[in-house]
Amino acid sequence: MKMKFATMAVAAVMAAGPVMADLVFPSLSYRTGPYAASGIPFADGYADYFTLLNERDGGIGGAKIRVPECETGYNTEKGVECYESTKGEGALVYQPLSTGITYQLIPKATADGIPIHSMGYGRTSAANGKVFRDVFNYPANYWDGASGAINYLLDENGDDIKGKKIALVYHNSAYGKEPIRTLEELQKTHGFELTLLPVDHPGQEQKSQWLQIRREKPDYVIMWGWGVMNQVAIQEAVNIRYPMENFIGVWWSGSEADVIPAGAAANGYKALTFHGVGKDYPIYDDIQKYVVDTGKAAGAGDQIGTVQYNRGMYAAMLAAEAAKTAQEIHGTPDIDAKMMRDGMEALEITEAKMAALGLPNFGPEFKVSCEEHGGPGLVGVTQWDAAAGTWNVISDYKPTDRELISRLVAEDSAAYAAENNIEPGCN
Amino acid sequence: MFYREAGEFRTTYKEDSQTFPIRFDRWRYYFVLFVAICVIPFMVNDYWVNSIFLPFLIYAIAAIGLNILVGYCGQVSLGTGGFMAVGAYACYKLMTAFPDVSMFIHVILAGVITAGVGMLFGLPSLRIKGFYLAVATLAAQFFLVWLFNRVPWFYNYSASGQINAPERDTFGILITGPNTEAWATYVFCLIFTVVSAIIARNLTRGSVGRKWMAIRDMDIAAEIIGVNPLTAKLSAFAISSFFVGISGALFFSVYLGAVEVGEAFGINKSFLVLFMIIIGGLGSIFGSFAGAAFLVLLPVALKVVGVDWLGWPTDIVAHLQLVIVGALIIVFLIAEPHGIAQLWRVTKEKLRLWPFPH
Repeated sequence: MKMKFATMAVAAVMAAGPVMADLVFPSLSYRTGPYAASGIPFADGYADYFTLLNERDGGIGGAKIRVPECETGYNTEKGVECYESTKGEGALVYQPLSTGITYQLIPKATADGIPIHSMGYGRTSAANGKVFRDVFNYPANYWDGASGAINYLLDENGDDIKGKKIALVYHNSAYGKEPIRTLEELQKTHGFELTLLPVDHPGQEQKSQWLQIRREKPDYVIMWGWGVMNQVAIQEAVNIRYPMENFIGVWWSGSEADVIPAGAAANGYKALTFHGVGKDYPIYDDIQKYVVDTGKAAGAGDQIGTVQYNRGMYAAMLAAEAAKTAQEIHGTPDIDAKMMRDGMEALEITEAKMAALGLPNFGPEFKVSCEEHGGPGLVGVTQWDAAAGTWNVISDYKPTDRELISRLVAEDSAAYAAENNIEPGCN
Repeated sequence: MFYREAGEFRTTYKEDSQTFPIRFDRWRYYFVLFVAICVIPFMVNDYWVNSIFLPFLIYAIAAIGLNILVGYCGQVSLGTGGFMAVGAYACYKLMTAFPDVSMFIHVILAGVITAGVGMLFGLPSLRIKGFYLAVATLAAQFFLVWLFNRVPWFYNYSASGQINAPERDTFGILITGPNTEAWATYVFCLIFTVVSAIIARNLTRGSVGRKWMAIRDMDIAAEIIGVNPLTAKLSAFAISSFFVGISGALFFSVYLGAVEVGEAFGINKSFLVLFMIIIGGLGSIFGSFAGAAFLVLLPVALKVVGVDWLGWPTDIVAHLQLVIVGALIIVFLIAEPHGIAQLWRVTKEKLRLWPFPH
């Protein structure tokens, strides 16, 4: 009991700390545990972009940015703790980079009026802004990913994949189960055979799944993996000599950390993407100048330019642009979470904007509205070149089966609305 | 000086055998209860409740449950996470099937269902002991998690395989869902924790508890003096699982609100609760509270000190936490195998004599 009161006193002092008028973008990161390999570069990119804005532009619209980091370890309990401990600081938007934590936070953040941006993850039906007023998942979601992967296979096979066997290797969690509905629907239209191979958390044990793949010889393997599961899966695929060019990961399963451990044999592995890859963007000169050279880079500073780093930077860029939009709408640099939500809902990303930021052609052009929190859902495909050590875009951003996805989104969000007594609407 | 019996005269057996026979100790206990019931609810905010009080109270119930089984009856169990999952899923099914029933009833029924499942998995304990029983309960852990992942009926066929707690109330006050008041969830869990602790304390003092301890200390001798191992072991499994099930139900419905079985109720949870009772003290109700408080508060305290005060990188602090918890477990096992509860007992003895130790 003594211990308890001592720590309470400690925490009480902390809770009473001053609330500064900064723009607060909490980073619920994970630099430890089985998902660290994927979490570190994203967190670095997220932090570095805001550091760049602070150093180069003096923040957003004159207001300084603060990025308090909180370690979640991809664990929902710690995620809740992180959310509760940072929301009092005036958090503008949460990007937990975990589907599990996103599910956890959707009701909580909605009740607190703080927006969530689950970029390319989280609850897909949050794309329906009429039901999920405070949740955004632009510019692409899991169902776009599933449909994009199938579209790519259709392209490769002259629009006919009837009778082809496709295996889905997925993380046995809310995250990995997301694409199943869509794939099952697409299976009906396109007539391929779908095999489901769940991999349990944390994903280090996949022998039996790959044994099954070896036995059944599916024509294609699609993967919904994360963290250490990606590395193990690619290594196992190499071990059974599965043809790498028939192995496609979702965008969360396609970074350098996933393929490098398998060495040269991983050459040809493919992954989906919804943004540009590589370091070939003008913004990297600024990052070098203002962030790296001044010694302010987050983490070890060795992740710059990797796929997940780019994605973290992209997430930060979208958040910063939304904050700018919010400042314009409300005419004050000092925005709060409610204003931030308005900014996110009015966000418009154009090519000119991206070019001005030093990220020409980095992502799709899109415009968020109340009805559409999900963005355009354009999906490209990248391929790993083991010799050069780079990801190359081999298929440009293409639209997905939006008709099907909108129908599924409408169904799922209607169920959520009914469950939680939400009156869908834009006011 | 403190904790003195001098001057306290007890004239009835009832007075003599009460839980806190020393007046000072009793007043201290009433004081803690008073603060917990009458002061804290008016002071807490979301952060305090969700980061500290709810996990502490809920883990305390789980630790009490496991302590009955491991500490009092001597049956090692690694299935705590699985039994918590049973409580959580039972509560979820009840909540969705009977939305108008009070949350109190749902949580208690979830405990009852878990007790049944616990008895089922306790059956092997009649034949096997020690490590082998630990392995059998480990099987329960993995089987239950697999079951809840595999059979869609348990999660009402939701696409994500997660269970989400809908809004439910008791006496018109919201207990689950995002729009709850901090004090309401706190008081709700506090009631369960206090009642569980009182029940457990009295069970372990009575004939049931003595039978458990006889089985723990030497089962053959216990059988010879007339303890039925069947009823003693199975009742330990049932009552232990009942508490663990209640904690699982609260953990899901009140604390987290959404749960994924593999992640929330995995083997890590079983170990966490086991560490709580090892650090807190096997065979002690106070030890269950101390262990739960320790393992819930330590990470938060380390984070506050390391990240917020000293400004260390978050990953260093997270790793440091693993190191410290691991080291503490070893230290406790070597230096004080009876845990914090024993330290507390020793402190009390010292205080009793202070300031004239001779």
